[in-house]
Amino acid sequence: MVHLTINDREVSGQDGWTILEVAREHGIDIPTLCQHGAVEPSGACRLCMVEVDDGRRRRMVASCLYPIRAGLKVWTESDRIQNVRRWILQMLVDEHPGSERLQVLAQTYGVKASRFKSSRYEDVCILCGLCVRACEEVAGVGCLSFGNRGVHKEVTTSYHLPSPECIGCGTCLYVCPTGAMEQFFNRVRAVA
Amino acid sequence: MSVSFGRMETILERYPPSPEHLVSALQEVQAEFNFIPPEALTAVCNHLGVPVARGWAVATFYKSFSLEPKGEHDVCVCMGTACHVKGATNVYDKLRRDLEIPGSEGTTGDLKFSLNKVRCLGCCSMGPVARVDDEIHGNLNQRKAGQLVKDYRKR
Amino acid sequence: MKITNLEDLQKVKDAGLASLYPPKPKILVGMATCGLAAGAQQVYDLLRRKAEADAWDGVVEKTGCIGFCYKEPLVDLIWPASPRLTYELMTPKAVESFWEEMNSIRYPEKRLLGRIDVDEMLLDGGPRRLYRRKQLKGFLASVPLYEELDFFKMQRRLAMRNCGFIDPDNLEHYIARGGYAALYQALTAMTPEEVIEQIIASGLRGRGGGGFPTGVKWQSCRKAKGWPKYVLCNADEGDPGAYMDRSLIEGDPHSILEGMLIGGYAIGASEGYIYVRAEYPLAVKTLQNAIFAAREAGFLGENLFGTGFNFDLKINLGGGAFVCGESTALMASIEGHPGEPKAKYVHTVEKGLWGRPSNLNNVETWANVPVIIGKGADWYKSIGTPGSTGTKIFSLVGQVKNVGLVEVPMGVTIKDMVMAIGGGVPGDREFKAVQTGGPSGGCIPKEKWDLPIDFDSLWEAGSIMGSGGMIVMDQSTCMVDVAKYFLDFLMDESCGKCTPCRLGLKRMHAMLEEFSRGQGTLEDLDELTSLAQAVQDASLCALGGSAPNPVLTTLRYFREEYEAHILKKQCPAKVCRDLITFTVNPELCSGCTLCARECPAGAIAGAKKEAHRINPALCIKCGACAEACKFGAIEIC
Repeated sequence: MVHLTINDREVSGQDGWTILEVAREHGIDIPTLCQHGAVEPSGACRLCMVEVDDGRRRRMVASCLYPIRAGLKVWTESDRIQNVRRWILQMLVDEHPGSERLQVLAQTYGVKASRFKSSRYEDVCILCGLCVRACEEVAGVGCLSFGNRGVHKEVTTSYHLPSPECIGCGTCLYVCPTGAMEQFFNRVRAVA
Repeated sequence: MSVSFGRMETILERYPPSPEHLVSALQEVQAEFNFIPPEALTAVCNHLGVPVARGWAVATFYKSFSLEPKGEHDVCVCMGTACHVKGATNVYDKLRRDLEIPGSEGTTGDLKFSLNKVRCLGCCSMGPVARVDDEIHGNLNQRKAGQLVKDYRKR
Repeated sequence: MKITNLEDLQKVKDAGLASLYPPKPKILVGMATCGLAAGAQQVYDLLRRKAEADAWDGVVEKTGCIGFCYKEPLVDLIWPASPRLTYELMTPKAVESFWEEMNSIRYPEKRLLGRIDVDEMLLDGGPRRLYRRKQLKGFLASVPLYEELDFFKMQRRLAMRNCGFIDPDNLEHYIARGGYAALYQALTAMTPEEVIEQIIASGLRGRGGGGFPTGVKWQSCRKAKGWPKYVLCNADEGDPGAYMDRSLIEGDPHSILEGMLIGGYAIGASEGYIYVRAEYPLAVKTLQNAIFAAREAGFLGENLFGTGFNFDLKINLGGGAFVCGESTALMASIEGHPGEPKAKYVHTVEKGLWGRPSNLNNVETWANVPVIIGKGADWYKSIGTPGSTGTKIFSLVGQVKNVGLVEVPMGVTIKDMVMAIGGGVPGDREFKAVQTGGPSGGCIPKEKWDLPIDFDSLWEAGSIMGSGGMIVMDQSTCMVDVAKYFLDFLMDESCGKCTPCRLGLKRMHAMLEEFSRGQGTLEDLDELTSLAQAVQDASLCALGGSAPNPVLTTLRYFREEYEAHILKKQCPAKVCRDLITFTVNPELCSGCTLCARECPAGAIAGAKKEAHRINPALCIKCGACAEACKFGAIEIC
């Protein structure tokens, strides 16, 4: 067992666990959007950032990816962390005003839409990549991938054409946190 | 433009079937066909043992590759910091106006020119700089840029 | 021929020296990318044609970049037993008279830049005097020495030791100047641990931007468990304004190969990759030639120098993505994936390329390795400052007179760099700031120009050393515009995986866009600062993590410019289009109608010989009129 502290509370976990796994085991809440137990963590949404002190320095890390080690000190609430969560939710809610899930999450942190709010209510894909990973790791198919990069990044099939490899298992629909896949799915599966 | 089996074979036989050659192979395809045709992407992926979805991700991620045919003359204007402080934006806008490109980057309707921004051609002493195909044109201003377009149209 | 021992190496060295300084006249033409861009190919071709036509008994050769980029094309003339003379700005027309004078009076007198009396021959045990007579007399003595030229006075060429002196495609030249002797020494007389000790003792820190102690990195990689191990060279050089890595590869490719070979030996790797950005076709070609030559000579392959050490190198091309300069993204790219960085909670020296221990260093870092092994760690660390030993190549560009590549000991001040080496700002404008470290760096103002240039001082000032880009700015540069420019660049290059970078840069850019239009409030400056903090804290990689630096440094040192934009709706540098107006000064206008004809928006009206007027409602602020006007009558206010 590996012993560490979270918010000055003594906790422990198995070697190889991440901070997030230990926190959840002990009922400590850390918000996430791109994490799901069925797939490998990717550390893309950055909502799960926490502060750690590993004995050499104090810095912020993604709790879904950071492997625990003996003597680690973790904090899940601090001004820096609140600032990060506020801004990530602010930008997500402004970019995807049509997502109810995001609105609810944002409200718990007191975040409201700003003057930079997008007008595209139909676009609720937050690029968490859960569908891409689920298709690859759970279904073993891998017909979804990220196209382009930066602000133009999108989840899509090759050439935006329905994929003949899709087996219609529905895992991507199941893991999608905002329901974006529901709107998109008819372009993923090639119906005979 | 047809993607003949022969042309693809010439490119592919240079690469052992390993994913580490994906970017290099696609660079050759881009140079050969002026874009990445769908059949070429599939052929490269099959040869190297890469899933097509990943090939698509790579082809759309990197700026070297274009899925639409590029123009006969590729005009790359350097928008590096040194050129920027010397007025590259004005030169770029002049070219955009003269070539009538609607968006920020693109290809002319007659497929004669493609205009893009690139970051740092490394010729900072001659800024603003543009590279047209393999030739570097330095110390540009709006007048010279306009003349450049006229000269290339004549070629 | 295969070189298997010291005797073979000496034989090739003798042949190389005879070729470097033959008993006949020699002309060198600088043919790296900036030379070629300035027209060196025509100059080279013309010289070769003339040599053939006249059955000239000398040789015309190409060489790499000596750093004097603003004087390209450069041509050097070396008569046997004479100093080397460098001629600047040589156009084909200038070559005609040059050739005539060379044949008639021996030393052409026009366009002389400088002379070299002594070739330092850094790694070959001693300086080489280029002429035998005790003292130079007459005309030659009046030509300034390189060491007397402002641009060269403070330089110390370690990484660039061979650039501009050898033909990069000629392995013999490299060996003649001490090349591969350090490798021989390492393989036959040192253990891998001893090699690592030397690198650690030298204090060498990564020259690509991170400044991480190189020896410590090698040690971690050596200790890591896993096989095979890889040594990698980061030749992705994405910082706009930085082109020193390209110059090194194009001028002296073997220095990198030798460095990587020594590194491979030290770490226990027998495979290496050089990741080169595709936008450097000449560098790729030069590397391919060098690798081929090295294989032929037995410096790559099996059983090097009969020691049983095997090593080979492959070149891997980039696809046009700045983010692939980041180590995990670079490795993802080699593996055939999009260049998306990964969390580095387990370092790449332990799990890198294909999950194996991988040691990645920058081109310039590798080029320094043979110098450290050849001259020793103590010698190396006597140069520079205690915390930042050795030298660094900087690309001095922007609003400065002497534009080019300079290699100086760490610790030279910013002021000396700009004024002494750079010759100051051209025209009648004044120095305002220098931008260092590329898009991950910051802007340092005049008040701080006494700062020594080293890793720690720049960090404390809010910037970073980065790859060595030094972009000089004067009053015609708007700092709000510069911050916006860098965000624009980074938005374009962001891989898009993590929210703080993908959306955070977009938001910061949108806010700066508002400021440049004279919108926004002072509270927005506070919002921008807290957003910048969030982006710094939460980004997955250093692209996003350092993206706020240009914004934060310009806010720190040039806050009044931001306030002028927001509160007074003014752009003091007269750059931001929404805040400037173009007008015609009626007292200077001659009525030539040139501006009206050049105007793409039809915004200028006026009859011939009468003062013209610009209609502000139609004016798109493109500046075509200001460029065209020969009377300076267009004013921007």
